[in-house]
Amino acid sequence: MSRTRLPNKYANAKFLLRTPFALAGFAVAILVNRVFPQIANVEIIDYEFPGGAVLNMNQAYQLVLLALILLYLIAGVYAWFDPDRRVRYLNRVPFRFAMGLALAAWDITGTKLLMLPQPFFPGPAKIIESFLMEGDYILQNTLYSLRLFAVGFLVGVVVGVGTGILIGWFARVYYWVFPVLKLTGVIPAVAWMPFALTLFPTPFSAASFLIVICAWFPVAFATARGITSTPKSHFEVARTLGAKTSYLVFHVAIPHAMPNIFTGISTANGFAFTTLVMAEMMGQPGGLGYYINASKVWSAYYKVFASILVMAILFSLIMWAIGAIQGRVLRWQRGLIHE
Amino acid sequence: MSNSNQVLLGIENVYRTYVDDDDNKVEALFDVSLEVEKGEFVTIIGSSGCGKTTLLRLIAGLDKPLSGELTIDGKLITGTDPGRGYVFQQGGLFPWLSVEKNIATGLKARGVYKQEKDLVQEYIDLIGLQGFEKAFPHQISGGMAQRVAIARALINRPAALLLDEPMGALDSFTRADLQDKLLELWAHDKTTMILVTHDIDEAIYLSDRIVIMTPRPGRISEILTVPFPRPRHRGGVEFLTMRGTILEKLHLATALPQPEYKI
Repeated sequence: MSRTRLPNKYANAKFLLRTPFALAGFAVAILVNRVFPQIANVEIIDYEFPGGAVLNMNQAYQLVLLALILLYLIAGVYAWFDPDRRVRYLNRVPFRFAMGLALAAWDITGTKLLMLPQPFFPGPAKIIESFLMEGDYILQNTLYSLRLFAVGFLVGVVVGVGTGILIGWFARVYYWVFPVLKLTGVIPAVAWMPFALTLFPTPFSAASFLIVICAWFPVAFATARGITSTPKSHFEVARTLGAKTSYLVFHVAIPHAMPNIFTGISTANGFAFTTLVMAEMMGQPGGLGYYINASKVWSAYYKVFASILVMAILFSLIMWAIGAIQGRVLRWQRGLIHE
Repeated sequence: MSNSNQVLLGIENVYRTYVDDDDNKVEALFDVSLEVEKGEFVTIIGSSGCGKTTLLRLIAGLDKPLSGELTIDGKLITGTDPGRGYVFQQGGLFPWLSVEKNIATGLKARGVYKQEKDLVQEYIDLIGLQGFEKAFPHQISGGMAQRVAIARALINRPAALLLDEPMGALDSFTRADLQDKLLELWAHDKTTMILVTHDIDEAIYLSDRIVIMTPRPGRISEILTVPFPRPRHRGGVEFLTMRGTILEKLHLATALPQPEYKI
């Protein structure tokens, strides 16, 4: 690191002293699960897996906790070598510690003593049991959701950017299309569900359509605004340098609109998650939303939680990926203070 | 001074009016005529609102005259052309492009980047920005940004470089530095330079001829030749004498009532 820092001879010791707390919470959770007596009457089922492995829900839960400990241990080792990452890691230590203790408390009240209202609030191990029972089925539904999201969202963003450019560039398109966009853009996409379900041949294409339009509007809106707000001077500079119209569109207006486009994409992203789950709950043969609905019918609320857990992880990963792309495309903005 | 007395730019009886925000008709240019020779360094000076920027925009082809003609090499100016580079007041670098990509813009816009990309490094060296090739505009200083803007215009090898107060926003040390750099580039490329400024010292330091404009209506009131050779000494007697002359002319030109007595 080229940055000069005040020498701090205690920095290493401080890091080494605090890091274990990030892991200790989860260790406590494991300990509680192993040691705390199972007082309430809860059936512990053994699941057999190909290859001869046998797991019950408590063992699976402990494995998950162990995986978290390993994950944060690796993150800690990784952070050791960079001062900035160290600061960020230390910053998260109290939260991770508390998370582990919370899991332990939840385990006691949810599974060991069965104090929470059942079957609505199962313990953490019970939720993990869903994956033992039908992990491949959950995976199948996850992939269905992912496919639906990918198709709908990608098409929506591409169509949105395209429409936005047309609206932003051509005054005539702006005049005729922009008011329509403004008016229809405020309608939640799921309101079109009755039409989508009747007009499209398959449930998948109907749901894709809903995600397309829910992503389309915010992206088109933001893109159009980014294009129209391009300073005249940028175009004039380019023209004096010999640029023709196509250059002005693709190398001046669109790069200028990029920050707006990404704002539109993150708005669209949130809408798309909502639309995806709602569409799945209301008329899809698969998907995480479908899985929630199907489990609810059997009062299998632990499966509902399992689905929510997968959503949390999946959607976080998608947002992280979009953020990474954004950071790469807009790297010229890094350190730029907006006037 | 130019060696060949070949006229590059011809401006003949040009008029330009526009309507301002309060719906008043403003005569930005009133019967303006001027000839600029090849390789000449001409500075247009005057108070704000005298039409100097309007004139520069007409030469660039960014705007059209109400009547009158502007010609370059005898051909009528009808629009922008990479043969007339333009440097804007605030540089106008594209913030999303690195220094080298900003400089390469002209080559890419004209579709000759593949053949001429070596020019990019040549101009980076020329403006002394080695090591900043990958930097983005917000990461470099105002003086550096203006050098990049100048290099970006010059890479097209324009017959004329039009500079609209390119040093207006710089501190005086950076400005002096950039003025020398500009003379160096002028010597390197033999480009005809037309500079708009309101800085009298800058005009005398740089120019072959100084065109003085007056506002309401915008017209050329006087054209002065700077009679002494470069490099010029900013504190020299000739320099200060000329400065006094121009000040006096601008003072008269603004038509303020002369004080009749002093307390």
